[in-house]
Amino acid sequence: MSGETILECRGVGRVFAVRSGMFTANRRLRAVDDVDLALERGEVLAIVGESGCGKTTLARMMLGLLPPTSGTILVMGRPIVEIDRAEIARAVQPVFQDPYSSLNPRKTLASIIALPLDVHGIGTGAERRRRVEELMELVGLPSRLLYVYPSQLSGGQRQRVAIARALAMKPRIVICDEPTSALDVSVQAQILNLLQDLRRELDLTLVIVSHNLAVVEHMADRVAVMYLGRIIEAGATASVFARPRHPYTQTLLEAVLTPDTSRGLPEFVLGPGFPNPLDPPPGCTFHPRCPRAMPACSSARPATLREGGSLVECHLYDGAAAMKAG
Amino acid sequence: MTRAERGGPVLQVEGLTVEIDVPAGILHAVSDVDLHVDQGETLCIVGESGCGKTMTALALMGLLPRRARMRAERLELEGRDLVAAGRQQLAALRGDRIAMIFQDPMTSLNPVYTIGNQMEEIYLRHGKGSRKEARERAEYLLAKVGIAAPRSRREQYPHQLSGGLRQRVMIAMTLMCEPIVIIADEPTTALDVTIQAQVLHLLSDLQKEYRMALVLITHDLGVVARMADRVMVMYAGQVVETGAVEDVFAAPMHPYTKGLLDCIPVPGKTQPGAKLGAIPGMVPSLVGALEGCQFRGRCAYALPACAASPVPLRERGPGRASRCLLDSIPNAPATGPFFAGVAR
Repeated sequence: MSGETILECRGVGRVFAVRSGMFTANRRLRAVDDVDLALERGEVLAIVGESGCGKTTLARMMLGLLPPTSGTILVMGRPIVEIDRAEIARAVQPVFQDPYSSLNPRKTLASIIALPLDVHGIGTGAERRRRVEELMELVGLPSRLLYVYPSQLSGGQRQRVAIARALAMKPRIVICDEPTSALDVSVQAQILNLLQDLRRELDLTLVIVSHNLAVVEHMADRVAVMYLGRIIEAGATASVFARPRHPYTQTLLEAVLTPDTSRGLPEFVLGPGFPNPLDPPPGCTFHPRCPRAMPACSSARPATLREGGSLVECHLYDGAAAMKAG
Repeated sequence: MTRAERGGPVLQVEGLTVEIDVPAGILHAVSDVDLHVDQGETLCIVGESGCGKTMTALALMGLLPRRARMRAERLELEGRDLVAAGRQQLAALRGDRIAMIFQDPMTSLNPVYTIGNQMEEIYLRHGKGSRKEARERAEYLLAKVGIAAPRSRREQYPHQLSGGLRQRVMIAMTLMCEPIVIIADEPTTALDVTIQAQVLHLLSDLQKEYRMALVLITHDLGVVARMADRVMVMYAGQVVETGAVEDVFAAPMHPYTKGLLDCIPVPGKTQPGAKLGAIPGMVPSLVGALEGCQFRGRCAYALPACAASPVPLRERGPGRASRCLLDSIPNAPATGPFFAGVAR
């Protein structure tokens, strides 16, 4: 890691207007709320959380596919809204979750992987073709597959195609949204190994959006845990996994089923289901499900505590409990 | 649960084979599978996509697609022979004595009927009682699976429920007639981790309470470790290893099982960032005649003998069997020089 900040989110928020009926006003859904993140060159950042926590919305904003409604995203020091669409695409590229729906079934691999080069008008036909072969070799696809269609490939091979396509423009940052959750375990390991190799070889910065904490611990340098649009805990992966502070992070970690036959199912109580993001609970949004909720949690929002590179948002740590008691 | 607490075998299968005609020939989806489950026992079937685990489940349920052919030397549910049973007899048992939970509760519930309607249909169809009793049972079971306000939930449609709730409804639905065997095909794959643990808890509690046999199909070794009494590993339509879950996880006998265990990152065990032991290559085509060991093309320990003739499933101890010529897996790295270059 170089210490050079390559991507930064400053107070980033995104509100969607949700239609609730013909004669009623639209309701506001706050998908991402006041997110601060800084990504250094060569780093792997993981964003974890349950479905509906806003992690995909955040990833889409980092890709420049969705403008934030508040705050700014800086790519290499420049606000993303001021950068030309094509230029963002050269710097930041996505790899999506489902390699079955993210590749055009009517195009051959050669044209799928060459598409970014065509769009940006890079090189002659022969140069593009050479670059495609290079990329295929880089991700471990044999060149005999150049003219086959995605339907002829396995899930793992398709994900390699998606990675090759993402790398075509030599981006600095690759954002992977659940890169392995549609794959079998043995193939998942192949893809994770590939991502690790590429990161080293190409000095890539990776953002991995995932709900699989075992994968996150394996891959990421830093982790940010999201709940209802907010980052409620962040820090170096090793320290967050060793000493999770937020009760939500603790619960998520307990819910990981390690292949350990001496242990039964984890015993934990995580109240009712995920709250409706249209109608978030008052105070700390996690309090209805929190095993350690206190009276203060349902009325006041916890303060954001930052220490070095770590962050936590919970009344257990911001002194609210002590104030009440004292 | 110890063996003594369990009942006798409720489902016994020998030589189950499923073949599907495809343009290129015959696809051997399931080849000669033996399995049995005792009352109150959990059997996990593990394997990757295309290994035949879902086809096995569908065969047990009598729900195979029309173009699939099935045969078995023995297929008995509570001593009743299902091989000879006709469609109607199977339909009478399905949902009553043996029930199935599908992976995706969104596509397996009917979107145009209320959940109460769908639950009660099973009860009424099997002639278990009146409409009123069916409604009461549905409400009782919805409450049982942890759904608040079952009376109003009964009248809702599947799209009004979250994924976790839908899977609870599926579970409640399978319990309508108190089956003796439940087959759950990837019941938690579509769910968030926190919900996954809750649903698994629910399944395991209900299983204990009703003393059901549970056949749990999954590719998640974490789920297997925490839920299973016995495990059956499938590869390319065959059983490659079976045994008590502790034994199989502690000392896998088949290179495929070992490969699977090596390729998942385990918090606190695998070194973050280190290379994961991937199984190189891909699952072989199951079309056409099967020769030799199906796994040999991806196996780091393959010998010439592995290609010569089909490898039988060998008894390797009480309740333990492996389909491998090796008596023990050598302590060599799983991705040795044999695969340099292919391994990516």
